[in-house]
Amino acid sequence: MKRTGAQILWECLVREGVTTVFGYPGGAILPAYDAMLDYPIRHVLVRHEQGATHMADGYARASGRVGVAIATSGPGATNMVTGIATAMMDSSPIVCITGQVGSKLIGSDGFQETDITGVTLPVTKHNYLVTRAQDIAPAVREAFHIAQSGRPGPVLIDITKDAQQSFCEFDWDSAAPKPHARPERIMNPASISRALDLINSAERPVILAGHGVILANASSTVRQFAERAQIPIAMTLLGIGGVPASHPLNLGMMGMHGEAWVNTAIQEADLLLAFGMRFDDRVTGNLKTYAPNARKVHIDIDPAEIGKNVGVDVGLVGDLREVLQGLLPDVAPGQRTAWLRHIDEMKGEVAVRDIKNLPDDGHLYAAHVINDLWRATSGKAIVVTDVGQHQMWEAQYYHHDDPRTLITSGGLGTMGFALPAAIGAKMARPDAEVWVVAGDGGFQMTMPELATIAQEKLDINVAIINNGYLGMVRQWQEFFYERRYAATPLLSPDFVKLAEAFGLAGAAITKRAEVVPAIESARQHAGTVVLEFRVEQEDTVYPMVPAGADLHAMIRRPSPLVETAEDA
Amino acid sequence: MKPHTFVVTVEDLPGVLNRISSLFRRRGYNIESLTVGHTERPGVSRMTLVVLTDGPGAERFEANLYKLVNVISVADITDIPAVFRDLAMIKVAAPPERRPEIVHLAEVFRARIVDLSPDSVTIEITGGEDKIDGLLDVLQPYGVLEMAHSHDPQVSYSV
Repeated sequence: MKRTGAQILWECLVREGVTTVFGYPGGAILPAYDAMLDYPIRHVLVRHEQGATHMADGYARASGRVGVAIATSGPGATNMVTGIATAMMDSSPIVCITGQVGSKLIGSDGFQETDITGVTLPVTKHNYLVTRAQDIAPAVREAFHIAQSGRPGPVLIDITKDAQQSFCEFDWDSAAPKPHARPERIMNPASISRALDLINSAERPVILAGHGVILANASSTVRQFAERAQIPIAMTLLGIGGVPASHPLNLGMMGMHGEAWVNTAIQEADLLLAFGMRFDDRVTGNLKTYAPNARKVHIDIDPAEIGKNVGVDVGLVGDLREVLQGLLPDVAPGQRTAWLRHIDEMKGEVAVRDIKNLPDDGHLYAAHVINDLWRATSGKAIVVTDVGQHQMWEAQYYHHDDPRTLITSGGLGTMGFALPAAIGAKMARPDAEVWVVAGDGGFQMTMPELATIAQEKLDINVAIINNGYLGMVRQWQEFFYERRYAATPLLSPDFVKLAEAFGLAGAAITKRAEVVPAIESARQHAGTVVLEFRVEQEDTVYPMVPAGADLHAMIRRPSPLVETAEDA
Repeated sequence: MKPHTFVVTVEDLPGVLNRISSLFRRRGYNIESLTVGHTERPGVSRMTLVVLTDGPGAERFEANLYKLVNVISVADITDIPAVFRDLAMIKVAAPPERRPEIVHLAEVFRARIVDLSPDSVTIEITGGEDKIDGLLDVLQPYGVLEMAHSHDPQVSYSV
């Protein structure tokens, strides 16, 4: 039976397991929208196409399944670019479908025509311009394969209006993705034995656990590995949740806002085991002085990452879990008591964390809010953060024990990510408790998606950490630009009234004592609650390694503060 | 840093060259030359790329190429013995009285005259870069009007 290209598109998406798409209709994608009504698809109408891509991204990160966003040509497609770039940097599997002007019009500067495959070339894993109905099924099937295989990433399919409208035979089987010829990567036995030698002879090893731990479902294998050899683990921002925060070998987050003992351990290490991470400049600091005494073993699925930023002694390319399972039997059980004790001692000096020293006499600190949120939700919520100070405080003070419970834009650092990504996460895992933690700046970038929440009747709670500044930029101005606060003071709307305008509940919190009751009442409330926490305005994320500085050259919180009984 | 030569076979589809050149641009590779042509297989194009990089850079370049879905194979043939030929077309000012000297010079370099006009001669030469530069040197005094020089595909020796 012949079908239209639009019908074939949905037929394929449904067969790929898609139940939910995030999108915004328009002229060039209208045939697809019309056909959609006949398929079992829940369409979430976004308020801006950037939101659709972040929702697809949040959906993918919360579930591990491919997220799908759909938009029209021209501005609909270009609005997606930020979300696509975000997914690219953080290896998130999403498929974006865009309408395109009719194939005869391509190249004529037609109404709402944009060369979106050209625009997104550097920020997609792959993309397609489809101009014939019979090419839709192979493109969709291959797109889903590419998005999820190897190092995941975004794929865009641009489909002309006439390809959506014209008829052709639909044959699912013959549209199966053809294998792209690739030389088979055979793990070099010499590399494996060299890696094992380094591991078994190391006295001061540290595991650097990245996003790959989560993407490869390697959490339990990494734990087994670490426990067997007694090797402490440092996490990247996106690695958080890959290993339980409560695990005794888990040191915490590394890098620019990592704990001092974590960065010091890395600098003193004699072996770094990089598991699915990419030595971003935010985790290494100055490369010339980075872990100067350490040998490096790098395991990653992407061969282009090996040696990209940091020269390594051994690079093993492959699925992290499979590689580790292969190594595990030959990893010698270790003690490494002296090394672990040494790190413990470093930790001891600062074991009472900065947060716990903050006075709560009439002040409200963001760190308190995050820490209280962690306690109130027993660390079990999916927390979706935006980008900035609150993001770092979340990483420091919300202790995630499970993979896929922290969803945050790491590589691209996309402000405005949190609210739409949380919608995607909630759609993927409707039974999970989902919290947005956003700053007053980033929240305002995508806040119209509150209307999406209202329309879809979602139960997501939102914590706005309002300090009246673009806080992280202000912090840099404080440290490096003599407190010249260029364009960082920020006027916000009344967020409580704003929530109410969307038909949602809202509350403002100004005192520490009000934090837990407000969180509890938001959790009890059926439906979304927007909590505005009016926190200290010029608070600073400590510790901090200035950009490009040596990893051990951390700026610490300057003054000793009083510990409160409540936090002890 | 030295020139590394890669032979890359790709699916012959619209936009593939763009994907490859975009990779150069965004990863900051310094491209020395790029030649595209057909292969003995239908639907498969062959590119010869010369990139200035070091050893680890060359390995990453190869890995980055393999990330492009339309790339079929990548071979770094820098250290493999290969036959390579550059092609140059040189148009030289040649009034009738000087023509015989220029034709003679071309013969010495085993180059061919491919076009003749009342006041110029166009010479085609293939060979290594040294040979082409040598011909160019001796032609300069006559007045080189135009030159097109391309690095042609390399073919590895049969072993």
